[in-house]
Amino acid sequence: MTIEASTPSGERMTLNMGPHHPATHGVLRIVVESDGEVVATCTPDHGYLHRSIEKIGECVEWPMFVPYTDRVDYVCAMNANLAYCIAAEKLLQSDPANTFVVPRRGECIRVLVAELNRISSHLVAVGAMAMDVGAYTPFLHGIAQREGVNDIFEKLCGQRLTYNYVTIGGVAYDLYDTAIDEIRRFLDQFEREMVRFNKLVTTNTIFRDRCASVATVSAAEAIAWGLVGPNLRGSGVDFDLRRDEPYGIYGELGVQVPVGQAFAGRKGSVGDAYDRYVVRLLEILESIRLCRAVLELLPPAAAKANDPIGGWQADVGKQVKRPPKGEVHVRTEAPRGEMGYFLVSDGTKALFRVRCRTGSFTAAGIFHHVMRGIFLADVVAVIGSFDIVVPEIDR
Amino acid sequence: MSAVANDAIATAVLAQFPAVQQKHADNGRAFLLVPKGDLVAVAHFLRTQKSLRFDALMDLTAYDLLKYPSTPPSDDIAVVYLLFSYQHRHKVTLKVLAPRAECEVATVSGEWPAALYFEREVFDLFGVRFPGHPSLRRIMTPDDWQGHPLRKDYLYPDSYHGVAHLRDGQHFEGSPPRGGDTP
Repeated sequence: MTIEASTPSGERMTLNMGPHHPATHGVLRIVVESDGEVVATCTPDHGYLHRSIEKIGECVEWPMFVPYTDRVDYVCAMNANLAYCIAAEKLLQSDPANTFVVPRRGECIRVLVAELNRISSHLVAVGAMAMDVGAYTPFLHGIAQREGVNDIFEKLCGQRLTYNYVTIGGVAYDLYDTAIDEIRRFLDQFEREMVRFNKLVTTNTIFRDRCASVATVSAAEAIAWGLVGPNLRGSGVDFDLRRDEPYGIYGELGVQVPVGQAFAGRKGSVGDAYDRYVVRLLEILESIRLCRAVLELLPPAAAKANDPIGGWQADVGKQVKRPPKGEVHVRTEAPRGEMGYFLVSDGTKALFRVRCRTGSFTAAGIFHHVMRGIFLADVVAVIGSFDIVVPEIDR
Repeated sequence: MSAVANDAIATAVLAQFPAVQQKHADNGRAFLLVPKGDLVAVAHFLRTQKSLRFDALMDLTAYDLLKYPSTPPSDDIAVVYLLFSYQHRHKVTLKVLAPRAECEVATVSGEWPAALYFEREVFDLFGVRFPGHPSLRRIMTPDDWQGHPLRKDYLYPDSYHGVAHLRDGQHFEGSPPRGGDTP
């Protein structure tokens, strides 16, 4: 339901949300001018978390930038690592003399950790969205399951949030001994938990009606405003980089792509907040399937890290010291959509330009457009449904 | 849905806009160098032409050519447009050179509204102005920030509103020794 903003008395109220509003997923400030209960204008104010990560990238050597990519998006740091490393590898390989290939086992581990991280990231997204519209319990359920992923990652690389695990040429360490069993056990347990979660939230009439037809974005709008990932698919655009521009071993896995189709029924419309929510849930299920499929493909570990099959880390120590000149643009599918790196190298140890395009940035760019005319109470629901992570906007 | 090869895209654009040049980066990556004056027309052509239909702006960014080892040396700011077509699944890269002295490029937000935010970022970090942009304000740095941080000749300020960034006696490489507020 959209109500046209009108100014019968010309009286408008300016409401400052943030920069520390709990529903803003970080340090985001939104200045809302409202006419009664209806939003007339909405002006996001960014930059509170700007750490000039792109500038830092010009000052450090190629492998040293990987830990900074963790901080670009700490909710899905594995995917953020992966995006940069793939771009850096592609730029290195543009010199025909650099013939290294990421070992097969390394590629499998990369997809495994990326999908596990996608699960935990989407859990935060759907849990936080439910919290934003007033249901606190689902958030705790989401966070509790996310702990399972964090525990696996902690054993894998010693960190729970900022992993610095994926490296240029592979991954930093091999899987630990009991990893495969633990991941399998987690997936089984988690799949059962998702049934409960869906009963609690997804099929809950109050929640569904609350999100139906809120902030509907048409497919054409989503493309023109540069929405990516689940936000784009929620609007009914059938596009996923894992399937359509496969990188790593995604091409062998046959990724299934869910798209929005007015899941809320008669009250809903394609591209509303509920569609974006359901697309994320379906992606979680797809990630579970992908994790299991990768575990089937995983070759046994070899003794040497740079073994082309059973290894996990190609040796690129020399190549990154003398990289080729040139540029590259690579995009990968992070949980918040396309994470695109545009790298320019001048042939020295430090990159000449590091550009990181993130999904949240363009999602925030559409706020002032979709918020016009919605209810004040829906503002947080809209922010939640786009699943923005503020450090990713500000970088 | 039929993807058009990069050379064919270039041919189609060049036929319409003879001033556009097809170039290659040092590692062979192809891009189209568009003269400043032609940018909006080229963008409109790429977006609306049926066989091309670049309906999405993947990214809009820039880099400073100062200190880049190119021949001949240049101090322009290169604004980079990465376009993608969801319909045909093909890509193209456009570059526009903005000279330091008159650092402005017409906005493409009329073609792709996604450019509204990207252009604000490029304006903030590189100081490229986009005439026609409805609200060209800084986005990352505070409104009263001096300078544009991603330019290669950027001098780090020693302090901001009286808050020192460094301890006494230290100073950033290339910056004058500490004293006074933000330049």
